[in-house]
Amino acid sequence: MELKILSPGPTKAGSLLPDARVRRRHVLDLDDFSAEEIEYVLNTAARMKEILGRPIPRVAALRGRTLVNCFYEESTRTRVSFELAAKALGADVVNMSAAGSSVVKGESLVDTVLTLQALGADFVVIRHPQSGAPYLVARHIRASVINAGDGWHAHPTQALLDLFTIREHFGRVVGLKVVIVGDILHSRVARSNVWGLTKLGAQVVLCGPPTLLPPTMVSAELWPPLTVEYDLGRALEGAHVVMPLRLQRERQQAGLLPSVREYIRLYQVNAARLSRAHPDAVVMHPGPMNEGIEISSDVAHGSRSLIEKQVTNGVAVRMALLYLLSGGVVEG
Amino acid sequence: MGNYVIRGGRVIDPAAGLDRPLDLVIEGGRLKALAEPGTAMPSAGFEVIDAAGLVVTPGFIDLHAHLREPGHEHKETIATGTRAAARGGFTTVCAMPNTDPPIDTPERVAYVYQRARETGVIRVLPIACVSRGQAGQELTDLVELAGAGAFGFSDDGRPVYDGRLMRRALEYGLLTGRPVIDHCEEPGLAEGASVNEGPVAGRLGLRGMPAAAEEIPVARNIALAELTGGWVHLAHLSARGSVELVRAAKRRGVRVTAEVCPHHLALTDRWLLGAEGNAHPPVGTVPIPESLGPYDTRTKVNPPLRTWSDCLALIEGVRDGTIDVIATDHAPHHWLDKACEYGQAAFGISGLETAFGLLMTLVHADLLDLTTLVGRLTAGPGRILEEAGFRVPYTFRPGEPVDLVVLDPDVTWVVRPEEFVSLGKNTPLEGVTLRGRVLLTIFDGKVVFDGRGLRA
Repeated sequence: MELKILSPGPTKAGSLLPDARVRRRHVLDLDDFSAEEIEYVLNTAARMKEILGRPIPRVAALRGRTLVNCFYEESTRTRVSFELAAKALGADVVNMSAAGSSVVKGESLVDTVLTLQALGADFVVIRHPQSGAPYLVARHIRASVINAGDGWHAHPTQALLDLFTIREHFGRVVGLKVVIVGDILHSRVARSNVWGLTKLGAQVVLCGPPTLLPPTMVSAELWPPLTVEYDLGRALEGAHVVMPLRLQRERQQAGLLPSVREYIRLYQVNAARLSRAHPDAVVMHPGPMNEGIEISSDVAHGSRSLIEKQVTNGVAVRMALLYLLSGGVVEG
Repeated sequence: MGNYVIRGGRVIDPAAGLDRPLDLVIEGGRLKALAEPGTAMPSAGFEVIDAAGLVVTPGFIDLHAHLREPGHEHKETIATGTRAAARGGFTTVCAMPNTDPPIDTPERVAYVYQRARETGVIRVLPIACVSRGQAGQELTDLVELAGAGAFGFSDDGRPVYDGRLMRRALEYGLLTGRPVIDHCEEPGLAEGASVNEGPVAGRLGLRGMPAAAEEIPVARNIALAELTGGWVHLAHLSARGSVELVRAAKRRGVRVTAEVCPHHLALTDRWLLGAEGNAHPPVGTVPIPESLGPYDTRTKVNPPLRTWSDCLALIEGVRDGTIDVIATDHAPHHWLDKACEYGQAAFGISGLETAFGLLMTLVHADLLDLTTLVGRLTAGPGRILEEAGFRVPYTFRPGEPVDLVVLDPDVTWVVRPEEFVSLGKNTPLEGVTLRGRVLLTIFDGKVVFDGRGLRA
């Protein structure tokens, strides 16, 4: 049997818009979304949020469809969020985690997804520690692949729910100053948000220590327009949205930080620092938080925090994507 | 056997300073005469090869290829690798020793020679390990290995990490007159990395190795060659700064030679973005094929594809002679080694069968002239082998056995890995149209590849 290394085929084609000539099959990142397509997803998510507010938050739009949560990394909120979203639309959900699956017996990712396909998956939601893994999956499978976080690369549904939450709060995204703070180098949330926010017209500032935001990492040609600022005080000047990222303890062990104490001193988002932001500024966090490290507890749970709303909105956004990927259309 | 008249071709023989139309008469496998075009009259028993409009050069010499035998015969064998080489115009290939077991004893050197004799179609010169088992600890028996016919010493696939071991290899290597070949990589800066460090890696979220990870050991190796008087040959240079270091070292008279690979001259890390990378030129001398997606593991190679500024510096190094040699670093892999996540995929490109076509993109883009290109594939590596004591034909000498290639510099063809003779189908060039192809390869006076039927 002649097996090809990779079956070629565009993974980054199409759109979810109702008049699209080619229907989007996969959601792997936001870099291939148009602003219009993102707005359409957010509008659809608003409809889904209405459904979630009903006494019985269930519709039958995806009855008979199967979603497989294929998680090669630990996750609580993302996995549960996809599960709730699929169930709210009437789909069946199967959860597969790498631990306790044939993965521990050495099965390759390609073989695993081919198995899922043979079992009849319509949606494969994949979380994987290796950047780009969802692209490999998408090249080998007929089902829709949704990236639920790959390595340091992308987390498009998180970015969409962040956009939804910002738009819900401010009524717009365009013209807002959004500051993402912390471990940018290892952050898939930051990378996807940079695409989504800039496409919708926000002004994005990345801020963190140079070891976690190396000057070699970004360039004007290959990245959307953004600013890099190493001083958090200056970065926060007039900011509407402040998004601290989780600081993993391993970063210090890997020598990327002298100490967590110094990190806190320089980069913790706290009330004193927020005084330099816009008077209406809000704080968001992709979770899970290290309270007292990248974010102070009072800010995390204070009146400016949208963190809980983010989690709720995540279900609506994922419902919207599942609905649109399966061919659904929303008017108006 | 071995009676040919090759008529009317443009003969490019850089070592002899030849570049003009000439006829070649080969009798009994040896060059009988170089004659003015149209004057060589074949007698009975001679095959006439019409080379009008074509280029005739000495056979190409590849100082750096992985033939995978023994131990990794599912990736390549000496039989398939040498046939792939012949298709690529190569009549001599130096085989890297990172096999299983590694080539670190005279018996194993002899084994490679024996397999090449039994199954190969061109000349194979084994390279032996610098350290036993390529473990980076103790030196191999360099003199005995040289005596068994090892062309040089290398732990390629991995660097010689330890500066002390490198120093001793260069010093002790003086007894052999053969080069120590280093894969220049600073482990602390390259650990876990699979791509060039820069905005492409930044965007894709892949761990990058900076150019400095190559430049630092290049500088170290030059300093150690200067200290010891030993001969260091730097494998597959990929970074601008490396070229500058070698240029300065050669000016000082340090005994350093250097090679570069076709893919590092012609392609950039924007290929990792897939076809979308075309929106961010320059991507190299070839547009990224539409079928290439992001994170295609066939773009994964060590050292990694870097930037256009690196390509231009390497090309300048080839032009001014800082770079002596173009070598393929042919690294065939089984499809399973590449059908996985980018970070876990094997490094390497199957390069023997595309080398000339890819290099011709530099000529067609007016970045390099054909004579210099041929020089780095023939006289450059040939003189290095000569200096190491190997008599390998790299120029047309009357009376000597002939290694020769007939090239069509203008024919276009599409790279189809499934048609490769190499077992390694791993190339990012699948579907790319190249202009320039090897039509005929003669090794030791015999035709070992005849692709004239492939001409469209």
